[in-house]
Amino acid sequence: MSEPSLTAPHQLSYTYKRSLGPVFSKFFTALRDRKVLGMKRRDGTVLMPPKEYDPDTGESLDEMVELADAGVVTSWVWVPKPRRQQPLTQPFAYALVQLDGADTAFLHAVDAGSEDKMSTGMRVKMRWADETIGAITDFVFVPAE
Amino acid sequence: MRDVAVVGFTQSPSLRRETDRNEVEILIPVIQELRAQTGITNDEVDFVCSGSSDYLAGSSFAFISGLDAVGAWPPICESHVEMDGAWALYEAWVKIQMGYADVALVYGFGKPSMGDVPLTMALQLDPYMMMPLWPDAISVAALQARMGLDAGIYSERDMAERAVRDRGNAKSSDVAQVKGDFTVDGILADPYIANPLRKHDCAPISDGASAMIIATADVANRLQDRPAWIRGFEHICEPMDFGVRDLNASRSTEIAAEKAGVRSDKIDVAELSAPFTHQQILIERALGLDDATNINPSGGALAGNPIMAVGLSRIGEAAKRVWDGSADRAVAHATSGPCLQQNLVCLLEGN
Amino acid sequence: MSDDKNDPVEIFRGHVELDYQYTAGVSASRFLRAVEQGKFLGQKCPVDGRVYFPSRGSCPMHAVPFGDDSTVELPDKGTVVTYSIVRVPSENIPLELPYITVQVLIDGADTALGHVLDANLDDVRMGMRVQAKWKPKSEWTTSMANIEYFVPIDEPDADYETYKEHI
Repeated sequence: MSEPSLTAPHQLSYTYKRSLGPVFSKFFTALRDRKVLGMKRRDGTVLMPPKEYDPDTGESLDEMVELADAGVVTSWVWVPKPRRQQPLTQPFAYALVQLDGADTAFLHAVDAGSEDKMSTGMRVKMRWADETIGAITDFVFVPAE
Repeated sequence: MRDVAVVGFTQSPSLRRETDRNEVEILIPVIQELRAQTGITNDEVDFVCSGSSDYLAGSSFAFISGLDAVGAWPPICESHVEMDGAWALYEAWVKIQMGYADVALVYGFGKPSMGDVPLTMALQLDPYMMMPLWPDAISVAALQARMGLDAGIYSERDMAERAVRDRGNAKSSDVAQVKGDFTVDGILADPYIANPLRKHDCAPISDGASAMIIATADVANRLQDRPAWIRGFEHICEPMDFGVRDLNASRSTEIAAEKAGVRSDKIDVAELSAPFTHQQILIERALGLDDATNINPSGGALAGNPIMAVGLSRIGEAAKRVWDGSADRAVAHATSGPCLQQNLVCLLEGN
Repeated sequence: MSDDKNDPVEIFRGHVELDYQYTAGVSASRFLRAVEQGKFLGQKCPVDGRVYFPSRGSCPMHAVPFGDDSTVELPDKGTVVTYSIVRVPSENIPLELPYITVQVLIDGADTALGHVLDANLDDVRMGMRVQAKWKPKSEWTTSMANIEYFVPIDEPDADYETYKEHI
């Protein structure tokens, strides 16, 4: 074999826009106003994130309900060396969080300071960005007292 | 249903980093060797289907270069899936079942060493709720692993046992990347890389390719004394949101196995492509496997993980055990998406 | 954000940024190392003798791997087989409008190379003979950017019959 392959740094970078649709539009508009909306299913349970259709039955859903800005960690992982794309520059945890009033957990970040502050079942609450724009990055969780 | 069998299979070594060759140059010898193994020429191939992801190279239409390895002039009947080659095989199998082809060439290839593949995997998540947070694939798998550990579904020792088993099995493989004799206590002493996952819990990142030929009965019987007949073939997908899935089981694998007829008789060999040890456990359980089955004789995905080819390679490794008579019934598994979101099950039989 | 603070949020704005260390591969590396020396390399198919330029890993028609013995050196002259006059700006092409893009069939090659031609818009035509205009030798690297553009040369136009298979 001859010399090794030539290599060169390459960055894939692009911006894009996507329509949110009726349910996520309401969800992110409320998020900009620092409120969290879940979607009530016919059986009374609440989906967070909200969905336009019931994932089990396919029924159309439209009853959005406000959830608390705090909840319980159902699983977590510590990120000791965050990549620059990730939501916090200091070490943090990704976690599945079930908000009070919701029946499903969703993925987000917890700014806990250190790994030993994290545990399954711990309570967390939202810390809002100074300026909210209607995006999932408008907040991170922090440990609740 | 038409009788369709796996009649040829080749694969490159799984390497952490191919320093010389680009993607198509990895694929070229694999296709050459497949032609030599089967004697099948382009004239006899009715359909070509491939699996790869342009995001591994970071350039659009990167998969088109793969056709150089096949020879696409005069024009050929061809298709591509942005998925593991196992799904390309499924498309080819459907094409043959519909009567539009008798012989199909399928391949998968990838060179993830060029990028940060765990981070790239964030692009397959929900675009509004998850992807903007850029959760890497190892963190996402760790969320699932901790949930199972907390629920007592498996232990870290159970997980380590899969790594020891698969790395040991891989000693007999000439393409595996991670192989050798390890002890459970030894690897459990290693530090976490994403608590509760240690290095041995994660499949390696591998550059590589594999290729396969499937054919109807007249060609299959000509090429193989004991063709590996595809007797069941299903793939099932779960919803996108983690909160509405049962992450402590693989319901989609259970359904696919049921539809493919896996549990109707003893399984001699299973080849699984779950890329994390806890996922290996979930797939073994979903398929109903026990000590009667030789699991991952090649080492499986934990020993070599050429993304976009690893699932197709599991089907190829299972077929090899049917060809050589060491298995009458073999099951192969491929997965796609976060936390075993979508699963494919292929049942092969020697008779 | 241009949206009014009170309008509903209807659009998600995404940004993807991923870093790679791209590897050119054996064949392209050989080609680019030759370009660094001011040379063009093609590869000859052992089945039908067609010459591919720029070189690649295998013959795309016959799927035969190109080994070191397939390499052939080519001149930096060729024939314009087709062209277009570009009047629309493109973010990645820092040329003044309008400019001419050409497909050049390098002498001895069977595949054409896309590049830019420095000529009067009225003069460009199919069959025109052209040559690569290289940057000063001190600036050569393993990059096709060593060739600034192609320029017309004082040779009679090529006969259509000689390139009609390569348009």
